[in-house]
Amino acid sequence: MSAEMKLEDFKPACESNATKNGLLSKFNMDEILNCMHCGFCLPACPTYRQTGLESYSPRGRIALMKGVAKEQLPIDAEFEKNMFACLGCRACETACPAGVPYGSLIETAREVVVENEKQTNPKHVFVKNLVFKQLFPHPKRMKLLGTALWAAQASGLQSLAAKTGLMRILPREMAEMQQAVDQIASPRERKSRQTRMNPEGNKAYTVGMFTGCIMDVMFYETNQATAKLLSKAGCEIYFVEEQACCGALHAHSGEMPGAVELAKRNIEAFEKANVDYIVNNAGGCGAALKEYHHWFHDDPEWMERALRFVSKVRDANELLAELPPLTFNKPLNARITYQDSCHLAHGQGVRNQPRSLLRSIPGVEFVELKNADSCCGSAGIYNLTNFDMSMDILDDKMEHVKNTKAHYIVTSNPGCLLQMKQGIHRAGLDGQMEAVHIMDLLSRAL
Amino acid sequence: MYILENIQSEVKKETLITPELKQQFISIVGEKWYLDSPNELYAYSYDATPIFQSMPDAVIIPQTTQEVAEILKLANEHLIPIVPRGSGTNLAASTIPVHGGIVLNMNRFNQIYEIDQQNLTATIGPGVVTADLHGAVEAVGLFYPPDPGSMRISTVGGNMAQCAGGMRGLKYGVTKDYIMGLEYVLPTGEIMRCGGKNVKDVAGYDMTRLLVGSEGTLAVVTEITLKLVPLPETKRTLVAYYANLVDAAKTVEKIIANKIVPATMEFLDQGTMKVVDDFAKLNLPLDMKSMLLIEQDGPEDVVVRDIEKIAEIAKQEGAVEVKVADTLEEGAKLLAARRAALSALSRLRPTTILEDATVPRSRLAEIVQEVERIAEKYQVDICTFGHAGDGNLHPTCMTDERNQEEIHRVEQAFAEIFEAALRLGGTITGEHGVGAAKMNYLHLKVGEGGIELMKRIKEAFDPNNIMNPGKMFPSSTRRRLVVKK
Repeated sequence: MSAEMKLEDFKPACESNATKNGLLSKFNMDEILNCMHCGFCLPACPTYRQTGLESYSPRGRIALMKGVAKEQLPIDAEFEKNMFACLGCRACETACPAGVPYGSLIETAREVVVENEKQTNPKHVFVKNLVFKQLFPHPKRMKLLGTALWAAQASGLQSLAAKTGLMRILPREMAEMQQAVDQIASPRERKSRQTRMNPEGNKAYTVGMFTGCIMDVMFYETNQATAKLLSKAGCEIYFVEEQACCGALHAHSGEMPGAVELAKRNIEAFEKANVDYIVNNAGGCGAALKEYHHWFHDDPEWMERALRFVSKVRDANELLAELPPLTFNKPLNARITYQDSCHLAHGQGVRNQPRSLLRSIPGVEFVELKNADSCCGSAGIYNLTNFDMSMDILDDKMEHVKNTKAHYIVTSNPGCLLQMKQGIHRAGLDGQMEAVHIMDLLSRAL
Repeated sequence: MYILENIQSEVKKETLITPELKQQFISIVGEKWYLDSPNELYAYSYDATPIFQSMPDAVIIPQTTQEVAEILKLANEHLIPIVPRGSGTNLAASTIPVHGGIVLNMNRFNQIYEIDQQNLTATIGPGVVTADLHGAVEAVGLFYPPDPGSMRISTVGGNMAQCAGGMRGLKYGVTKDYIMGLEYVLPTGEIMRCGGKNVKDVAGYDMTRLLVGSEGTLAVVTEITLKLVPLPETKRTLVAYYANLVDAAKTVEKIIANKIVPATMEFLDQGTMKVVDDFAKLNLPLDMKSMLLIEQDGPEDVVVRDIEKIAEIAKQEGAVEVKVADTLEEGAKLLAARRAALSALSRLRPTTILEDATVPRSRLAEIVQEVERIAEKYQVDICTFGHAGDGNLHPTCMTDERNQEEIHRVEQAFAEIFEAALRLGGTITGEHGVGAAKMNYLHLKVGEGGIELMKRIKEAFDPNNIMNPGKMFPSSTRRRLVVKK
């Protein structure tokens, strides 16, 4: 039976500023203890599958959080590496019988890392080092980074740019990077967008489009396609002004204060708009929007407003599946497969709706992709910060994608879409296969 | 009751692995596969056993038998403990480095070398994940029956070391019934073989059986030859719900008495049903006090006949509702949900402590009642589920490791459950092993003489006591372990 091991004595020799500053109280010890380390998450975790190492598994990361929370381990560069090596795909949450909210645990851990660094090391030396070591020596990564940064800047994301570890390098290096970036969207076109779109037929719902920041710059057409599909299905569409970035990238990077500010702006903007639903087409944003209430634990008033907001958030796939079937006039005559967005499947539990929508397009042969709900390695900015791991995961993914012999690999999130485009190139499938957002594909068949 | 104290601080003082030694280990496996940073060590300081934790001095991840031999030889010369480990899903603290030393992670031995369809055997590395083995042999119409709850995570090597059971134990037996041969390495670095592909082999002591279930205390296994059987033609799943616990237990006894041996007969009480339903969304009738989950496999006509008969018996014995799963998928979903029962129970309280006291199946109703009585007596929260068909129950206590007083009551309750199981002709552990968690109860089952003999066997294999010390029986040769009775 159980024995009790006293671990107090294996505290490392570390001077803990974290306790003094109350950082460690941010850890939710009840949830950490709810992980009974059974290991059911291990086979679901892409980084564990790649490495076979416990410290790259959800169980291992939670154990390390526990070690830090109990002051047996320091908050140091190694802990930072451990916490930021996670994709944040949350496949482990689906696998976890104990219902451990891993996504919020890892966000807290990253927040602790970032806050600790701000307090102890105002120059942010080691985040910078990480970025410098992982990014600057690699031209291809720089180009990718540049694209993301350009988008970030163009979409008014300066606060993110200024605050996240990745973007801290921005002011000095921006000019250099911009040279490596292609022109990807026209801000003028965005400005000329109508703010309202009429429903076809009887109005079913009033929908406020959550356009996203990077999404709206790089995938402006996808947002337009989404609006078109929803209006065909009977929705009156509003492009709500004053909305901001969802804050997911901030939260995932440990920049909680920034994330909370953005959440407040969005809640206010959509309260004014007074719509039935708040619809988005990016799994990553959607999961964050649906979890705003978790960001306001200490603020009852905002918590209530967040809950009202959250109750209206829908992924476009979800809402389209509830509305009367779309009429398609152009058969696609193609074989297609679907790569789940992690934050749509694991974060929001939306799995069947996109598949049903795809099957409803005439002339489509739908083939299920093996391990479709396993992360492609994109994971926000992970493919920039952990390039090698990301590419290993992508190459494994592309083996399965290749086996489907599909003409289209369909996704539901901009990050996944970019990653799949890169995957097609890496797998030598250029010209044979196209990566496409589900809303664009549905719209093409109208 | 016992308390293990101050282990890590003493390990630290002794610094088991000197820089020179570290270099020698690295020259065997390469830098990438030698881990000793604080966080890496911390990540191998636990397994799936609650409360137990202890830091190793290094984690080494070898890939070849030769590497294992060189590591063991070096460790043996320098008296460094070796703790072999697969995926770390152990429930008896068998893979926790309670004396520090080296965690020898065997998960790179993950190759299936051969599936021999003439001899019906598979030869594999010990790091193959059990469910991956299932997939590979079932693809050619063969079957490896042992299916511990952790089969999607655990390795066959780990299953072998603990002699893992599972849900098909009733009809098909457990891991030991399928291990035919082993390659293993002694602490001296000698590479040995025992058993093989022969169905009949009485040449000498049966070393294979001795090593199976030895919990890494004798040698490191580097290759396993397994027995396979033909894959059953079909299977069907049935659930029966009861308004009390005893009727379910009686149904189990009656089915066996009717000369039907189902592949699986699982028991879940109300508390377990609730959490499993919460996780797997099965729409179970949660007003019921217990349920049986029964599966039969074999030729179509036999399966249909047996399932009909089982349904009839269940109703006779007082089942409120009996339902046959419509599809194979539905059956598989029910069984998968049952496998998650232990972890799902940890939704209720921070700490989940599970035991696997086992009785002859004819005493099932009695042990179920005893567990209920004992939980009441010590005012602890115990849910019970388990392999009703083979008398292997999993009374699971939901508690909080931060509450010392409650943990003490939990320990008392489990001690009394062990006593009850032994009184009914049972054992202290059916399938999880002794490890560090139950070593102080072992004498109750095997006697002091039994323990002495086991120690002499261990000494023959491992005279320096480097192989997983502090497991199975309290070790007298290592003083760093402070044991308080």
